[in-house]
Amino acid sequence: MELVFALVIGTLTATGVYLLLRARTFPVVMGLTLLSYGVNLFLFSSGRLATGEQPILGTADSYSDPLPQALVLTAIVIGFAMTAFVVVLSLRNLADNDDDHVDGTQPKQPDIDVQDEEEITGK
Amino acid sequence: MSLPLVVFLPFLGAIAAPLFAQGGRTAIAIASSVPALIALAALFPHWETLADGGTVLFAKEWLPAIGISFTFRLDGLALLFSLLILIIGLLIILYARYYLKKGENIGKFYALLLCFKGSMLGIVLSGNLLLMVIFWELTSITSFLLISFWNHKQDARRGARMALAVTGGGGLALLAGILIIGNIVGSFELDDVLAAGDVIKAHAMYPVALTLVLLGAFTKSAQFPFHFWLPHAMQAPTPVSAYLHSATMVKAGVFLMARLYPALAGTELWFYMVSFTGMATLLIGAYVAMFKHDLKGLLAHSTVSHLGLITLLFGMGTELSAVAAVFHIINHATFKASLFMAAGIIDHETGTRDMRRLNGLWRYMPHTATLAMVAAASMAGVPLMNGFLSKEMFFAESLKVNLPGAMAWLLPVGATAAGIFAVAYSARFIHDVFFNGKPTNLPVYPPHEPPRYMKIPVEILVFACLMVGMFPAFSVGPLLYSASYATLGGAVPDYHLAILHGFNLPLMMSVAAFVGGLLMYSQRQKFFAFHARFKEIDEKAVFENVVTWLVNQAHRFTSLVENGSLQRYAMLLVVSVIAVAIVPLAQLGLFIGESGLSPVDWPTGIAAAVLIVSAIGAAMGHRERFSALVLLSVVGLVVALAFARFSAPDLAMTQLSVETVTIVLLMLALFYMPSWTPIESGSNHRIRDVILALIAGVGMTLVTLAMLTQPFTSISEFFLENSKTGGGGTNVVNVILVDFRGFDTLGEITVLAIAALGIYAMLKDTALTPPPSDGQGHAWTRDAHPLMLKQLARPLLPLALMVSAYIFLRGHNLPGGGFIAGLITSVALVVQYIACGMSWTQDRISIKYHNVIGLGLLFATLAGVGSFVFGYPFLTSTFEYLKWPVVGKFEIASAIVFDLGVYLAVIGATLLALVSIGRLSPHSAIKSPQEKA
Repeated sequence: MELVFALVIGTLTATGVYLLLRARTFPVVMGLTLLSYGVNLFLFSSGRLATGEQPILGTADSYSDPLPQALVLTAIVIGFAMTAFVVVLSLRNLADNDDDHVDGTQPKQPDIDVQDEEEITGK
Repeated sequence: MSLPLVVFLPFLGAIAAPLFAQGGRTAIAIASSVPALIALAALFPHWETLADGGTVLFAKEWLPAIGISFTFRLDGLALLFSLLILIIGLLIILYARYYLKKGENIGKFYALLLCFKGSMLGIVLSGNLLLMVIFWELTSITSFLLISFWNHKQDARRGARMALAVTGGGGLALLAGILIIGNIVGSFELDDVLAAGDVIKAHAMYPVALTLVLLGAFTKSAQFPFHFWLPHAMQAPTPVSAYLHSATMVKAGVFLMARLYPALAGTELWFYMVSFTGMATLLIGAYVAMFKHDLKGLLAHSTVSHLGLITLLFGMGTELSAVAAVFHIINHATFKASLFMAAGIIDHETGTRDMRRLNGLWRYMPHTATLAMVAAASMAGVPLMNGFLSKEMFFAESLKVNLPGAMAWLLPVGATAAGIFAVAYSARFIHDVFFNGKPTNLPVYPPHEPPRYMKIPVEILVFACLMVGMFPAFSVGPLLYSASYATLGGAVPDYHLAILHGFNLPLMMSVAAFVGGLLMYSQRQKFFAFHARFKEIDEKAVFENVVTWLVNQAHRFTSLVENGSLQRYAMLLVVSVIAVAIVPLAQLGLFIGESGLSPVDWPTGIAAAVLIVSAIGAAMGHRERFSALVLLSVVGLVVALAFARFSAPDLAMTQLSVETVTIVLLMLALFYMPSWTPIESGSNHRIRDVILALIAGVGMTLVTLAMLTQPFTSISEFFLENSKTGGGGTNVVNVILVDFRGFDTLGEITVLAIAALGIYAMLKDTALTPPPSDGQGHAWTRDAHPLMLKQLARPLLPLALMVSAYIFLRGHNLPGGGFIAGLITSVALVVQYIACGMSWTQDRISIKYHNVIGLGLLFATLAGVGSFVFGYPFLTSTFEYLKWPVVGKFEIASAIVFDLGVYLAVIGATLLALVSIGRLSPHSAIKSPQEKA
């Protein structure tokens, strides 16, 4: 069982990382989602895998670890907030740049404008 | 208590002074004088104690763990400097009142001046070395602001930057040196450090500490080779130059040498480092001063030279050299401040400081000329002036230094040479400006005397020069004695203050300097011609080149690591995570721990296979975005099943509802986005990414496997035991969320709220036009809101709301709670938007989701704050059993209010996010016919 679980987490990580490295926003968002599945499962499993031991008092003889579950529960919700934020970020990118490339297509601004450059270097 | 008062009053004054700016220059000048007057009054009663070498101490703990304390310590040396700072400060305030023009930002000027004064007083009165470093840095910063007071002038900005870079950098070295000293002594208290001089000097780290401390002192006091910043700081308004660059800030460096004299001086290393630096500075400053045509430039280089003289005196280490140094500090402050003020008056009345144009001013301003001439005579070391006395002492001491062989001549000859230059440039100051023909081409003509009160500060200082020069024992004797006592840290050798000490070698040296100087001045054209043959090293250009080089290196490094591509950053991030993780994990060396593996049942195995296949399918087929999204949702559902399978019903329910909302969100986004991802990366690029992904995946598999097969003990026993008795609920996960770890949850719903508001803000004024057809080129359906869906969705809403209420209420004892109930309600509402359209739903649900979020956070916070009322810490919950008719015994916990807050915040955030996206194209082409009507 542990091996299967570990393989699942490994697959989620690998696919998540691969999509994270793509150049377009939509695959990146999907990659983040996959990666957060993996992370959530990993966090959850730090309480070990238990069958029929839900941490609800009076329903079982022994209980699985409730703390990782509480952590993961909020992580899922926060993960959703993050995904939504990134999706909207990419939509805004699409609206402003007419493109969904992660680097945007706006011409690159010089780091410092000429006036400041002269100030700093004293040229 | 009076000591901290002295230091902090100027800072309070700096806050108050600008308020008087409306009242005009006189009002603000009077207001700015108050702190100094109070300070003088507060210092006066301590004189009795100090006269015999006593100290006054004020100590208050600040950060004992790192050795900083509010210790203020007044002794003779501190008193001398305090008086210089306070009295010259008062004169400067008066002078600046006439110097500054109407319409200048006088509030800022006086506020900065007072801040500087407070910092300076802080340096001299600190009884704790770390405290002193803090004030030291404050003077660097305030002087930076004062030098760049006319910040519309580029030279002023550059000069200020240079001063800050040099003195600020020196301040860092000083801090390091002080830390080493504190480490050796075991305390940063000045009293302890001064008492531990022998320990410090014997310590192996002494050379390092000494070098660092001297770096701080030399940069501040403009010693060679750091002297170049001082002439460029002359871009400051003249009151600032007169105050900072003659009497106070540049004296901080020599003050430091005097202050730590008992702790650091007296070694061979000290002698060579300090006296040779001082000697070089003395000669270079005096030589360059000769050739400056700018009045303030001459004075600035002369200041550099005199600071070198004082440094040299501290370095020589003869019987009376330190006393002579202290004496010269007093004298230089008086004559140089008055000279700067006179230069400022000339600049003010003629509009120029160029000595090639300033000639024959005696006819126009005889009063000012007299004052300036007396002060310049003191600078040259003419008898009956104070400058003569300390210079005489300097000559006498230079003869006492025992250096081997021909080196014995080095100091007396160097001293005399410096004396010749000093006489020459002083003569030039007098003759060139006030006599020597007629003024040429003055911007303001004819010049005349300045306002009466502008001369008063100069008169007072010149009077002091004469008083000290003629009646030294009477005028400064006691002050000099107590300051010398404090500097030497004990017995002061016998010395005698008199106008003349008879016809001896020092007097001969003075005469030689005087004659040589006048001779040199009379032959100045030859010297100018000689000097002009050398290409002058422009220190500013050198400094600017160094800065430019550093900036270029920084740019190069930045562009190396930061090329603007997010894709590359993501790659670098993954690579560094792998690099950081791989080292400790490689040492771990075990994949399957003691607990071993448990058997797999078929349904779980099949589900896992489905998940793995779907995830890989989504990754490989990600270019076809819609199908990839469908596969992604399969993965999400299997994850929910996994939670259910492994005893986490709450997680399963949360995952299921979040999954639904996420997929709706991504579908919405996909509506606006291209439905295909083009191939952009080359195959090498992709192979690299696949390798990175595989390393990450294999790594996570191994880590998970190692973790899962290790036995462990959990801290969760506490939660299991106290959930029922302490939190009043049997669903431990929920009790943790709303009770044990309620504060975390409060933070998390706040993040959720911020994310939703951020989404709203990002999309507020954005319009996106959806593509006219889907990815395969099919036109969108005309029937955006199909009848069947509508008819199913509407009755579903009340049912879903009821379910969510049930889930919410039972959450404390059974799987459920605020998060899950909130998500279910959100899904139910989102379905209405999808099925019936934006405007239809908005007409019927006119709630503003911002308010729902706010209400949620308010409930959650109130639930927390409520426990204060009963005297418990934040978010302490309580519970009670109620008997409801029909329902029976019902347990109500105060945490339910908190959970209600969570519930509302989740609904508000989710819907605000989704509705914001849905609203993006309100006039999109695909409205249902009914809506158009």
